[in-house]
Amino acid sequence: MALLTEASPHPSAAPRSGGALSPSTRYVINRVIAAISTLIFVVLFNFFLFRVLPGDPIGLYTRGRNMDPDQIRQLRAALDKPILQQLVEYLRNPFSQGVDSVKYHAPVWEVIGPRVGPTLLLVGTATIVATVIGVWLGIRSGWNRGARFDKVSTSTTLVLYSMPEFWFGMIMLIVFAVGVGPFPGIFPIGGLSTPGTDTGTPAGWLDVAWHLVLPVTTLAVIYLAEYSLIMRASIIEETGQDYLQTARAKGLMDRMVRKRHAVPNAMLPTMTLVFLNLGFVVGGAITIEYVFSINGLGSLTVDALSGPDVPLLQALFLLFSAAVIFANLAADLLYGYFDPRVRT
Amino acid sequence: MSAPTVPAAPQGPEIEGPTPSSARAIVWTRRRTAASTFVRRFARSRSGMLGLFVLVFFVLVALTAPYFFPRTVLDVTQATGQPFSPPSLEFPLGTDDSGLSVLALVCWGARISLLVGLAATVLSMLIGTTVGISAGHYRGFGGGVLDRVTDWFLVIPYLPLAIVLATVLGRSLLNIIIVIGVTSWPGTARLIRAQTLSVEGRPYLERAKALGAGNVHQMSRHVLPNVMPLVLANTTLAVSISILSETTLSFLGLGDPDNVSWGSILEQGFSSGAISQGAWWYLGSPGVCVVLVVLAFNLIGRAIEEILDPRGDAH
Repeated sequence: MALLTEASPHPSAAPRSGGALSPSTRYVINRVIAAISTLIFVVLFNFFLFRVLPGDPIGLYTRGRNMDPDQIRQLRAALDKPILQQLVEYLRNPFSQGVDSVKYHAPVWEVIGPRVGPTLLLVGTATIVATVIGVWLGIRSGWNRGARFDKVSTSTTLVLYSMPEFWFGMIMLIVFAVGVGPFPGIFPIGGLSTPGTDTGTPAGWLDVAWHLVLPVTTLAVIYLAEYSLIMRASIIEETGQDYLQTARAKGLMDRMVRKRHAVPNAMLPTMTLVFLNLGFVVGGAITIEYVFSINGLGSLTVDALSGPDVPLLQALFLLFSAAVIFANLAADLLYGYFDPRVRT
Repeated sequence: MSAPTVPAAPQGPEIEGPTPSSARAIVWTRRRTAASTFVRRFARSRSGMLGLFVLVFFVLVALTAPYFFPRTVLDVTQATGQPFSPPSLEFPLGTDDSGLSVLALVCWGARISLLVGLAATVLSMLIGTTVGISAGHYRGFGGGVLDRVTDWFLVIPYLPLAIVLATVLGRSLLNIIIVIGVTSWPGTARLIRAQTLSVEGRPYLERAKALGAGNVHQMSRHVLPNVMPLVLANTTLAVSISILSETTLSFLGLGDPDNVSWGSILEQGFSSGAISQGAWWYLGSPGVCVVLVVLAFNLIGRAIEEILDPRGDAH
């Protein structure tokens, strides 16, 4: 938001404002309201989904596990309250829910907390790697459309795009961690560090990095496919534009026309996509963490499925959705800052 | 692209003389020529035909699976092979953790994977098209509400939503179809809404309104036929997403517990330790099938899109 208020006093942006608010302020307000409304929807959806179903809701919380009769009585008392009262209590603190995680016998928030780090590490590294390589691939193949490089990279990305990411991860594990035939595996088969290593030391970091190679490669390869397809499409969109003709007429070398003129403009859609894609990345993280046994939010989700541990599942769903909603808002605001056309 | 061969605007108001049945006949002739142009152009797309070929192959495999492999080959108590044995003459794709033929599992799995993929897509298209056309047709409050709901579902991360829904509904064939259909419609709705808006601005809709056509008539007789090609192109692309979703959800143990699908083979393989056994044939085969079918749908979808989009191969 701060970015946009900086932009509005700029002389070129101001004169178009019709009412009391400048267009850019109105744009920011609209985006923020949209994000908040989505968040409210998710919270309500989360609350009602587990309550609108026919039958005894207690079954959802206790299915397939032995529970203390005392605990069940407590749960039932909580569920027997009037629905509006339950809603008010839920809204007061959506993460605690008044009900603990059934599996871990602790408030859901405490269970989730330590799991955030590994997921951020995995998803963050993979996103950075995928963006850098994907954008580079997209620029190269889009600029010389139809060339050999373009054909090979487009068909490869299309195949990668058709893969379930967890399957690709399992194949990576078999080939590079277990080994096929005479070739031994070299990478660790799972986890984020060798048990017993102190991850605070430089040697520990190296160990973590070594463990991250396979999962990050898996995620990055799948995502870079999508980023390069988008980058390619937006470079192609730019190639016919007049300003590139002008740049060439000035006598600029092809390389400079691409680097200084075409790429900066084509970057915008791709950068937005990187943010918009976070929802998709979250999904990938769930299965990849499960396959590589990384103790992050994804494995916790799969863990909560068996049972199922409903309170934990609800909290995780809320957390994932909130993260994606904020990422979307950030993308919208950044887009508005870099491309003034969308602000009106 | 729809009617380049028929010179006079056939749906124009000035068609006189002939009875309504022949006006309809004109429409049908126009549609038939459009369809045959489409088929001719599709046949010229090499990647599209390749996709179609792969798809037909897998559909045949799915349909004929019971003739080649009686249901007993899926029964672990009647397994004939050694667990985790690599491909051999008897078992061309090796065996799984209980000695069943992976080839038989994969052929049977094709049935459920394709069925769920297609059924979920039909459901998703029904919801998406209905919401999209209504949101584009009813401007004002009703349309605004539909727009908002579409936006909400578009933003919510797909897999967590599907997981939560699948948990609440429980595991069954019908439920996984519902879960995938209900979570994957918003993209379609967005697309159809935009197309509806452009169709609604055309003169023949104004004519229909002037002649007293009701909302339902306008939407079903004028808007729907015009958004149909887009729906079709989108459907083929959506099937690939549905199949990927089915694979992922089954892999997480949320699929139909009574039937084999490619996702459930992967789940069984992963949880029985096929990775540390290095059983690449066990985990590889169902995955390769998923990739081939998804790729086939993607190729077909892109070919259709290219034919419908006069701007050419921008993507």
